[in-house]
Amino acid sequence: MTVILAEIPYWGQSLLRVLGGLVAVLLPAGTIVYVFLFKMMSFMQSRLGPMEAGPYGSMQLFAEVGKWLQKEDIVPDRADARIFKMAPIIVLVSTFLLVAVVPFGPDAWFTDFETGIFYALAVSSISVLGILIAGWSSANKYSLLGGLRAAGQLIAYELPMVLAVIGVVIQAGTMNLQKIVVAQNSGSMFGIDAVGHPYVISQFIGFIIFMIAIQAELTQAPFDMPIAESELVSGYMTEYSGFRFLIFFIGEFATAGVFAMIASVLFLGGWGVPFAWFGWTSIDDIDNWMNFAGPLIMFTKMMLLVFIIMWIRFSYPRLREDQLQRFAWKGLIPVALGNIAVTSILKVVF
Amino acid sequence: MTMLGDRQQLSYIASQAADARLNLELETEGMTLNIGPQHPATHGTLRIIARLDGEQVVWAEPACGYMHRGYEKLTEVRTYPQVTTLVNRIDWLGSFANEVPFILAAEKLMGVEAPTRAQYIRTILFELSRIANVSLFLGDLGVQLGAITPVFLAFRDREYVLNLIESATGGRFHPNFDRIGGLKDDLPAGWIDETRAVMKKLRGFCDQIEDLLFGNEIFQSRTRGIGVIPRDVALQYGLSGANLRASGVDWDLRRDHQLPMAWNKADWKVWTHPDGDSFARCWIRLQETRESTKIVDQLLGSIPAGPVMAKVPKIIKVPEGEAWVSTENPLGEMGYYVVSRGDLGPFRVKIRSASFNNISITPWLLRGVYVPDIVTILASLYFILGDIDR
Amino acid sequence: MPKVPGLVKGLGVTLGTLFNTATKGANTVQYPHEKETPPIRSRGVIALHQDNCTSCMLCSRSCPDWCIYIEAHKELAPPRREGGKPRQVNLLDRFDIDYALCMYCGICVEVCPFDALFWSPEYEYSEPNIADLLHDKTKLSEWMETVPEAPALEAGADKKKK
Ligand code: SF4
Ligand code: SF4
Repeated sequence: MTVILAEIPYWGQSLLRVLGGLVAVLLPAGTIVYVFLFKMMSFMQSRLGPMEAGPYGSMQLFAEVGKWLQKEDIVPDRADARIFKMAPIIVLVSTFLLVAVVPFGPDAWFTDFETGIFYALAVSSISVLGILIAGWSSANKYSLLGGLRAAGQLIAYELPMVLAVIGVVIQAGTMNLQKIVVAQNSGSMFGIDAVGHPYVISQFIGFIIFMIAIQAELTQAPFDMPIAESELVSGYMTEYSGFRFLIFFIGEFATAGVFAMIASVLFLGGWGVPFAWFGWTSIDDIDNWMNFAGPLIMFTKMMLLVFIIMWIRFSYPRLREDQLQRFAWKGLIPVALGNIAVTSILKVVF
Repeated sequence: MTMLGDRQQLSYIASQAADARLNLELETEGMTLNIGPQHPATHGTLRIIARLDGEQVVWAEPACGYMHRGYEKLTEVRTYPQVTTLVNRIDWLGSFANEVPFILAAEKLMGVEAPTRAQYIRTILFELSRIANVSLFLGDLGVQLGAITPVFLAFRDREYVLNLIESATGGRFHPNFDRIGGLKDDLPAGWIDETRAVMKKLRGFCDQIEDLLFGNEIFQSRTRGIGVIPRDVALQYGLSGANLRASGVDWDLRRDHQLPMAWNKADWKVWTHPDGDSFARCWIRLQETRESTKIVDQLLGSIPAGPVMAKVPKIIKVPEGEAWVSTENPLGEMGYYVVSRGDLGPFRVKIRSASFNNISITPWLLRGVYVPDIVTILASLYFILGDIDR
Repeated sequence: MPKVPGLVKGLGVTLGTLFNTATKGANTVQYPHEKETPPIRSRGVIALHQDNCTSCMLCSRSCPDWCIYIEAHKELAPPRREGGKPRQVNLLDRFDIDYALCMYCGICVEVCPFDALFWSPEYEYSEPNIADLLHDKTKLSEWMETVPEAPALEAGADKKKK
């Protein structure tokens, strides 16, 4: 891959990367919407979900997109029009920025940041900005409440997320996502290297905290007060229609996909399979086909994690805002701190 | 206010604090939030005007009447058989139960009594409509709290009950099956066995909902201790039905009133709950659904043979007089005060519908709660818009 | 036995339903492709048996929202018996039911003294144009074909029904 890429001029490489980024964001988003939102939810409620558009309703999403695009793009009278229009784009952009650091294979990456995870966590909070201004600029009380709730919630859950990641960083000894993947797959547990060393086992507490934080970051039930359709109509999205709503919608599921990818990189070994299976010892030995198998493996792991996220979403009622804050500050953060302490002690001891 | 529990005390303190804030007019600027008339939480066109301080409600008032259909006036220009079909539409989820008290009142005035077989079938259909009504409540509860799945399960299983009602009466939502002096028709063959099977399914549904929702710790933390109605307050505001029983008042008209119905022929239990909070109200309804399936099961086995219609003239004229009959409807006490002047139709009918009284407590109850709790409390009070506005 | 936390139980319920739907099929019906048959007594649409109707107007008068419109004229019909006097019959000019107004209460069917109105469980007659919901007497008579036999009654019912 590196060889192939080297022959392409720089603009060609950039174009490829942009296209790859689009695929990496939109493909998971579409699959998640179809498999989980349309089908899994329906099946959990003993119905079939959309069946008319395409075989088993698989083209439903395109029909929906077509429908949304036809709708009028309404901006409320009192709204701050420029900012109002910008907000959904900010949310979507943060997703694209996020996917930039996720490695999909030994050479299939967009950028290879030395401080990848740091960047990812920093960039992921940009979406808060979008949500906050969406709520604020709509000139709607429900939107305002929703936006404020979202801001409070996202900030509260950013912290446990960062703290949960620190455990992984300590163990891997690097912030580079690619190296974290390698560290997991080339490592061994108790001398058995058949399964490598996915951090989901040694960092189980961190994993749980991270998943809960993702759930909250994505504002999925039980943490969906910012949207809370039964109280706040639709929270910060109340006033949006047409393609701006579509962007929020895509953003929601794309972010779900990307966060699940990051989780699988951090805890499930990302694109890799345990290197011991094929007798690789370091990243340089890996055969080129992993560049194509890697994204698939990654995709599978992502779907698994999203399944859990959605399963919980479809089963649970939502918490109340203050309960959620209490849970984050009094529950998750102390546990995460404890986890860091224990991890670092063990790291030093062994 | 005697003997307040911990939770009641907390909510009392919260409402006092809210009061103080309103009086002192602290620096924070309040916000008036109009919940409704078009709002997902009010399932209908109820409007709640809430004055907020942050997310805390300092003052709230329901504004009803958006769906006023003038039933009391309408009944004055309709004949008795026509009124039954109108009152079907008051509480549209448990419509058969709306007919019964009206018919009973008219029968009382005419001095006729339905044959025993008709009484049994009436009671069974009454309980079926309660099940249809409350099972939807149980699902809807989930939606109000953000869980999407229960409502679909509820629709799934309510469908069986509606099918039963339809195959017996011909109408899914508006049976119009009750007649003065009995019933329009007898049951179709095979109905009893079908009903038994459905009752079993519904008990399964209740278990599912209990696992999915009631046992859920998040659900409990959202409802326990929220919207506490102490016993005296509940009595003062004239609550009825499950809302009253959840405050620990052992009061059920099915048992306490001597009506020509078959409830006393079955062995069942009136559930009460001492807490008076949202959870208690929901839990009582869950138990009642179970109890209803038991009543239906028992009555099915003992329907006596005989006619379903007493001898009444073809053209019904109700002799002069006044009668009040109320029954324990799915939403609470529902009663009709019928005044007759000996005409084809009633002279005046006063309808006491349960939801109207039940939501009258909201200004008291919503004081000091948070916006998300408004939804839980309204959901747990359980009203049907048609039943409020009539 | 330790208590299973409610959170886990809830997940179990949804997963169980997922498998149930996947293996046993959904509870929903894919409507235009498959249809449920409504019960015999369903009040779907009113069918008119024109020959029985004497245009007595009873149905029209007892309808709670007056959505039956009847117009008729008198005519002499040939006598039933040879040599008898010619009979006077009422012929329907118009018999319309406005289904946009009808609330499916069934009072008209019940009051008709000459068995001219029947319920049919047919339900697929929605129209894009509200005026088309006014069914005239030809259309109402066409529904007659779909009227089912009355169902058998449950054990213990009084047999002498009308
Ligand atoms: S069913 Fe009722 S509303 Fe409809 S035409 Fe007959 S009497 Fe009128
Ligand atoms: S009541 Fe029967 S006979 Fe009389 S007009 Fe109506 S349909 Fe005809």
